[in-house]
Amino acid sequence: QSTLVLVEHTNEALLPVTLNAVTAARKVGGETVALVAGTQCAAAAKVVSKIDGISKVLVADHESFKGFMPEVMAPLVVAAHKQFSFTHITAGSGAFSKNILPRVAALLDVAPLSDVIEIKSPDTFVRTIYAGNAVCTIKSNDSVKIFIARGTAFEPAEVGSSEVPVNEAPDGDMSLGSLSKWIGQSLSKSERPELASAKRVISGGRGMKNGDNFKLLYDLADKIGDTAVGASRAAVDAGFVANDMQVGQTGKIVAPELYIAVGISGAIQHLAGMKDSKVIVAINKDPEAPIFQVADYGLVEDLFKAVPAMTEKL
Amino acid sequence: MAARVLVACKRVIDYAVKIRVKPDKTGVVTDGVKHSMNPFDEIAVEEAIRLKEKKICEEIIVVSCGPDKCQETLRTALAMGADRAVHVNVKQGDYEKLQPLAVAKLLAKVAEKESVKLVLVGKQAIDDDSNQTGQMTAALLNWPQGMFASEVTFSGDDSVEVVREVDGGLETVSLKMPAVLSADLRLNEPRYATLPNIMKAKKKPMVKLSPEELGVDIKPHFEVVSVEAPTGREAGSKVESVDELLSKLKEKGVL
Repeated sequence: QSTLVLVEHTNEALLPVTLNAVTAARKVGGETVALVAGTQCAAAAKVVSKIDGISKVLVADHESFKGFMPEVMAPLVVAAHKQFSFTHITAGSGAFSKNILPRVAALLDVAPLSDVIEIKSPDTFVRTIYAGNAVCTIKSNDSVKIFIARGTAFEPAEVGSSEVPVNEAPDGDMSLGSLSKWIGQSLSKSERPELASAKRVISGGRGMKNGDNFKLLYDLADKIGDTAVGASRAAVDAGFVANDMQVGQTGKIVAPELYIAVGISGAIQHLAGMKDSKVIVAINKDPEAPIFQVADYGLVEDLFKAVPAMTEKL
Repeated sequence: MAARVLVACKRVIDYAVKIRVKPDKTGVVTDGVKHSMNPFDEIAVEEAIRLKEKKICEEIIVVSCGPDKCQETLRTALAMGADRAVHVNVKQGDYEKLQPLAVAKLLAKVAEKESVKLVLVGKQAIDDDSNQTGQMTAALLNWPQGMFASEVTFSGDDSVEVVREVDGGLETVSLKMPAVLSADLRLNEPRYATLPNIMKAKKKPMVKLSPEELGVDIKPHFEVVSVEAPTGREAGSKVESVDELLSKLKEKGVL
């Protein structure tokens, strides 16, 4: 067995979901090779070379990989596969991998598997369907298995101190590079931890009434520390906060140690994004809200009283 | 660009239905369950209609792959404003094993056959949650892709700027046409079909094609071993006050 892990990074730094993907790759068994493609990405490649369990790092450092465009990234992964004949190709779940790996799979005539939460054997995988309301076990018959590993389902691999060799990746077909161009990005800037990697998450729902009231959640998050703030789709659809804060089937999947749902009723699609959290707290004035059915601790109270009280008492 | 657009629509169990897993673990119960168009595909259809209203495209072809029942979904798209439909007929038994890779191959063939300049799909179907078909269709056509689009702007005859939803916010890319785009939630708000338009849609043309006629092998690449209900999470207890909540959380070591 040998698995290629497509690394998600910012050129300077590694994004944490890759560490979860490395653990998934190691569950497959055999050798684990990392592919780092980017522009001036030596710093990211160096970190990757220190991840426990990686035996080799392939680097493709080129101006063409600016913005990680799938039109050039996918052929690069295909070229790496042609050279090393991996049995598996994977990456951590997110917009990056979902943009690129299905494209790789189609080029190789392979059926990819998204959001894998368990690896039963090298050809048998478990993934969720219907927003997590059903769990599906799948046996792949493809010669190379391509899967996207859900970060919250695999522990992050450790970054050690010893480095493995960093080699140049083979050249991929760049001919489609002229058809797409990365223009820019506007990322939400926040001093707070990332939703996907925070130890604790506080999310607000429609009950927050407006965007300004999210300050109550930020204040509590700051008081607790290492706490990210998220939102339900209802809160995003109502325009209270930006879509990148959305927790749920159509947003981000999180599984922190503590999840506090504030003014969230608990729609199926929201539960799909947070029900694997270790401890769930629900604060809602409606005692019938479905969120209480998954909460370890439920507090039936007006959030506008309960949340400031929590901030004050901590 | 004044060209044709192809929009893919999948018939799925309605988003408001709480699904049930079959006792024999072969899948979920679909008989007698309300179905509707995949919500992300509705957004894709709506976007195509807006492009036509802005005279950016001239004809909207909608396509669905599956048994006869998916013609209902195509009629819905026609009632919203699409011009004609292609039903790729996949028999029930085969449909249960129809996988996104095969759908992408079918879509790519229809796109070529109809000489479209743009393929629009929803970013994922809410049944299998794969989020793959658009990307794979683009790969098979050798076209660029703009996935998870929340805003699309066409300029000139051959270029489209796409604002994409990514994990940390938004990203903008520019693509040369022809291209494949997938719709995210915030691209638009789909319209409802009006009664007169539902009546008119009944007369709009719909052709039926088979995978064989399109020259596509739809054989499955993976087997579904089992479909099960997730291990449920037990409801915990209610606490009476903020003080009690905080002390419980401290006891648990999460605060």
